[in-house]
Amino acid sequence: MSLNLKIAESEPRAPIALSCGGCASCGVGVFRRSGRLSAKADATVAVMGNPNVGKSTVFNGLTGLRQHVGNWPGKTVMRAEGAFRLGERLYRLIDLPGTYSLMSQSPDEEAARDYLLFGQPDVTVVVCDAGALERNLNLVLQVREVAGAMVLALNLMDEAERKGIRVDERALARDLGVPVVPMAARSGKGLAELANAIDGLSTGRLVCRPAVSARLDPEIEAAVVEIELALKAEFPDLPHVRWIALRLLEGDADLEREVTQGTLGRLGHPPEAAL
Amino acid sequence: MSEVLRVAQTVRARVAGAGPDAVAEALHAEATRISERVVGGPGRSNRRGWDQRLDAALTSPLWGFPVMVAMFAGVFWLTIAGANVPSAMLGELLTVRGTAFLHHVFAAIGAPAWLTGVVVDGAWLATAWVISVMLPPMAIFFPLFTLLEDFGYLPRVAFNLDRAFRWAGAHGKQSLTMMMGYGCNAAGVTATRIIDSPRERLVAILTNNFAICNGRWPTLILVGTIFIGATAPAGWASVVAATSVAGTAMLGVLVTVLVSRVLSRTVLKGEASAFTLELPPYRPPQLLRTIGTSMIDRTLKVLWRAIVMAGPAGVVIWLISNVMVGDQSVAAWMVGGLDPLGKFIGLNGVILVAYIVAIPANEIVIPTILMLTLNLTKSGLAQRGVMLELDADQAKTVLTQLGGWNLLTGVNLMLFSLLHNPCSTALMTIWHETRSRRWTLWSAFMPLALAFIVCALVAIIWRAVS
Repeated sequence: MSLNLKIAESEPRAPIALSCGGCASCGVGVFRRSGRLSAKADATVAVMGNPNVGKSTVFNGLTGLRQHVGNWPGKTVMRAEGAFRLGERLYRLIDLPGTYSLMSQSPDEEAARDYLLFGQPDVTVVVCDAGALERNLNLVLQVREVAGAMVLALNLMDEAERKGIRVDERALARDLGVPVVPMAARSGKGLAELANAIDGLSTGRLVCRPAVSARLDPEIEAAVVEIELALKAEFPDLPHVRWIALRLLEGDADLEREVTQGTLGRLGHPPEAAL
Repeated sequence: MSEVLRVAQTVRARVAGAGPDAVAEALHAEATRISERVVGGPGRSNRRGWDQRLDAALTSPLWGFPVMVAMFAGVFWLTIAGANVPSAMLGELLTVRGTAFLHHVFAAIGAPAWLTGVVVDGAWLATAWVISVMLPPMAIFFPLFTLLEDFGYLPRVAFNLDRAFRWAGAHGKQSLTMMMGYGCNAAGVTATRIIDSPRERLVAILTNNFAICNGRWPTLILVGTIFIGATAPAGWASVVAATSVAGTAMLGVLVTVLVSRVLSRTVLKGEASAFTLELPPYRPPQLLRTIGTSMIDRTLKVLWRAIVMAGPAGVVIWLISNVMVGDQSVAAWMVGGLDPLGKFIGLNGVILVAYIVAIPANEIVIPTILMLTLNLTKSGLAQRGVMLELDADQAKTVLTQLGGWNLLTGVNLMLFSLLHNPCSTALMTIWHETRSRRWTLWSAFMPLALAFIVCALVAIIWRAVS
């Protein structure tokens, strides 16, 4: 994994996926649950993932809150917020509704997408079901296109093991170019490692090195670039231009409406309005 | 037209040969490539595991519904059978001894009679009654229900209902928002955000009320126990009571589907859109943690809401029972005025007044009914505005002998509780979600009208038959 992850020289022993719980003695901070956010946070962390992969369990594990956890998809429709502290730094955590894709239509999935794109979290955690990785990777790859710093929380490792499924998390981290933390959040395994990965990404101790994003046909690639240029000319401040260009190429009706009404430019600025 | 859209259209036409989903396909191909490289192990996708066999039974077209009814009836039976003794003990401790003690204290400090009346006989008694009647059943019911949820049973119920909702022209996800409504309708209404079509979302919002919320379970369980269960021989009483509560819940499902269908054919016309419901794996419920969180998140929350509401409601009841207009109290005027309508639909004036007092919280319907009944019948049992110690048996005595209740009143109260308008919190949530006065009014009055019509029909048929 360290092949793709730049580790700052001042912190030579800052690994991402430890098998122990982490403690001060091996250079890994112990995170403290801080419940609801009471002070100004140093960084904002969005928690995303497919429905029913344990996002709320991860969120509760890190923050110590008791956000209702149910064994069924679509339970979290409202955004929940909490915090945890690692060392001197306070992290604000946002639990987003489950989503299979960033290209979808229902209001809760749009809420998750808009927050990721325009709420500008510092770090994005994508929680995945280790037992259904292929389906989960679809979202991971989409998020990787737009998120600067992300970590893959490979949850439900215990369940996958019982199903006889093994995931090579090192190979996964190498292929994706993002840190991968194997977890079993229900029993608390991997939470400390995840907290440290978040801290590492936020402080720059860890850096995502995404491999080349999904390879497109050269003709389509050229088309995307052409739309990107037109977008930049009309909306100079727009973030995630490539992603928007891809959606426009597909004929996304919502975004076309935004362009026509001239409201697209505003998307770059509403810090909270997205949800 | 915007330059951006023009460019997008031109290039889209140019690359049309590559297919509109080229981007999605490229992502998908990479996901497959990576997962093939990193996922290994024997797997067991081609073996029929116990969970698949369980799913076949729980979601079978033949067995799905009977198993569902049996499962819920079992939960209600455990609740009813288990709550009796602790309820009686709490009642003795809080309402009898607690009230006597407070009377002594108030007499000792020389408090005026009206203060003793408002605080002890109004607020304290209502609160004590709510705790002793509601805490034991809720402390059993909510953990059991949460265990079913944690295990993964609720999505199977949703799966069973999906077919019915399709027939009704509603979204399959409505079965999920309905499950949420079984805890709290306000939460159920918020949960409808998972439905993408505005039409289907409105259908789900308007019908969420028919999923019985936390505040209504105590009413149904109590009335089912003392009126329906009591008609059966002693050994069978709790089984019959449990069946009546489960039956009411199932009737709620039926009403949800039927009303959804009517709405989809009339004011909210349209086709049902398709969706894929993913059945999550069965997970061994974490017994202690589930019981712990359900006690805090559900049982105590409901109880707290009831207490917060019961205190003020107790004061209101004491006041309307003691403020005289002409020769009668305000309560007597209200009850007298609503009594003909109440009797016509198989209920009575006291029940209708109680439902007005209880608009903020369904939790206090039963305590309000009991206090009003006692207050208005100036018997030796109660002074004006004073509620005496009541366990379930005594509650029945009060209601039948003083209130003139019979089996029809019990049955219709259960129906009314199931069908009537949502509480004010749920209505506020509906307003917040729809931002439409029209649909908020619809969701208040459509269920209320339905409740009146169904109760009236039952009463007419009942009287014709007996």
